[in-house]
Amino acid sequence: MIEVMEKYIIKTEQIDTWLKRIIESIPRVLAPVSSGTKTEFRKIKSTEEVDNKSFTTTVSAKAAAFPPVETLFKYQKDGKDTTLTEESFDKYPETVLWHARSCDAMGFSPLSAIFDWDYKDNIYDERRNKLTIVTFACIQSDECCFCTSVGGGPGNVEGSDIQLTTLNATDTLVEVMTEKGQKLIALLPDIFQPLSEEVDKEAVLAKMPVRFTKEEIKEHVSNAFDSPVWKRQSARCLGCGACAFVCPTCACFDIQEDAHGSHGRRLRCWDACGFSLFTQHTSGYNPRPTQATRWRQRILHKFSYMPERLGVYGCTGCGRCSRACPVDMNLQEHLISIANSNHE
Amino acid sequence: MNKLQEKATNLLKEGTVKLIIGFEQGNNKIRPLFCEKPEDVEKLIYSDDCSTNNAVYLTKKELIGNDKIAIIATYKEVASIIQLNKENQIKKENLMVLTVGKDGDVTELTSFEEMEKFCEESTPAPDPVVAALVERIDKMSREERWAYWKSELNKCIRCYACRAACPLCYCNRCISEVNCPQWLDPWKSTLSNIEWQINRVMHMSGRCTGCGACAKACPLDLPIGILTKKMSTDIKEMLGEGEGGNVLSTFNPNDKENFIH
Repeated sequence: MIEVMEKYIIKTEQIDTWLKRIIESIPRVLAPVSSGTKTEFRKIKSTEEVDNKSFTTTVSAKAAAFPPVETLFKYQKDGKDTTLTEESFDKYPETVLWHARSCDAMGFSPLSAIFDWDYKDNIYDERRNKLTIVTFACIQSDECCFCTSVGGGPGNVEGSDIQLTTLNATDTLVEVMTEKGQKLIALLPDIFQPLSEEVDKEAVLAKMPVRFTKEEIKEHVSNAFDSPVWKRQSARCLGCGACAFVCPTCACFDIQEDAHGSHGRRLRCWDACGFSLFTQHTSGYNPRPTQATRWRQRILHKFSYMPERLGVYGCTGCGRCSRACPVDMNLQEHLISIANSNHE
Repeated sequence: MNKLQEKATNLLKEGTVKLIIGFEQGNNKIRPLFCEKPEDVEKLIYSDDCSTNNAVYLTKKELIGNDKIAIIATYKEVASIIQLNKENQIKKENLMVLTVGKDGDVTELTSFEEMEKFCEESTPAPDPVVAALVERIDKMSREERWAYWKSELNKCIRCYACRAACPLCYCNRCISEVNCPQWLDPWKSTLSNIEWQINRVMHMSGRCTGCGACAKACPLDLPIGILTKKMSTDIKEMLGEGEGGNVLSTFNPNDKENFIH
């Protein structure tokens, strides 16, 4: 259970004044910005850019610490000598992730577990350490959301440094969980009023019934490696990477070379287990030769291997994969069907 | 049970086909359905509102196997099947193409002539939104157009849903996956995102049936469907309709370039 260190009330109309101060003080502020029909996290320079209306972004916030592509090091060959230059940590700016959701904030826990599993990935760690997360509790949800079924919730504060909850037309509850959060409050302390009486936060949150438990899923899938369920569920899967790329916890990456003759960069970029090439060996052999085996890997990794090895599940119930899927591979629907199934 | 479900049940019961690819109601949208057993048929519906073009499954060997299968086809599927056949990707004797009329009657299209006729009679009206966007971009200056595509394709996350959803993107190894030489930077960058779309569109030239599945599959709703649309129009203007317009699968043994020999 995450402890809330401080609680305040901020006048809802003053939130932008605070955000303005944050933008002035912090080099990079990422917030949901609307463009075309979609809303995505982008670097903002003014409060007007923030899309406060749409309740979630297509792509999760993971790029704040695990960008789609990043340089691991640069190299320069000179005769027989090769000089390697690591990226300077100064390149990773102090960042505030603004108006994220509980499911975004929760996603950094599995990401950190993966990147610090045995080798400590100092590039990821540096970016993560420089990240302060301000979430807005969800007062609405859609049919793809299922955070409450995987241990989260619309007002879950795990992973958030600060969480704001709109209580009514004038007041917003501010919960501060960390020192990082306190630093943001300290930027404009006068606009935060200490909480004089307890407020009923739950009452304003989106109502989301628990449809299954993650432990239930783990129990079912852990012994279902040879089940026909994978082939049946994955029949319509097209094998693209949309689900993995929008997911807050998918951490698989590819190492690529941006080579230019005698110099170049070694890059880490997002990869997806749904791609047939993902496990293709140089010999031509592919241990996951069908979409069914790749779908099985996706579910088992999130609901069996990760809890077993890392003690954390690889799903925050954000529903982004389901919204992004061109063929309606609805994760909640598939998990409910798994939870209700007998081992076949 | 409606006529389509009756027909499908009989086909599976009699063993005429091993699998029927059709449509079912998903979560707020129509999605593909695979019926292998008569009891699967109860979910089967007919709809031309499915964003997927189910002809995409016809080149997936792991799904369709070597047995005879049936596909419930709308205009989109039929147009793609015709093109796939021109490219020798269809074993007609293993494919039953079923369409459903307004009255719910199920008709089998037994020959490509019938399929061509079906397409002529059921060609959907051009999408006014697509037409308006093409017109808007046509009117832009080169600089404006470059800025437009840079800003749109900068958002692309390279999930390749556009490729995966296209019935005519069936290459065993896509050019984006070839690394000796590496034609495209495989990571997300504005330039390589643009290069990827140029590649996709070039390979679709004269082949694209305009079903729009690529655009509908894009999780970021990028206007990539108008690229193939515009390419089709240009190809028709430059090379004419029919076989001549089928740029990438047309060749002449007497071509003066020697790559053909």
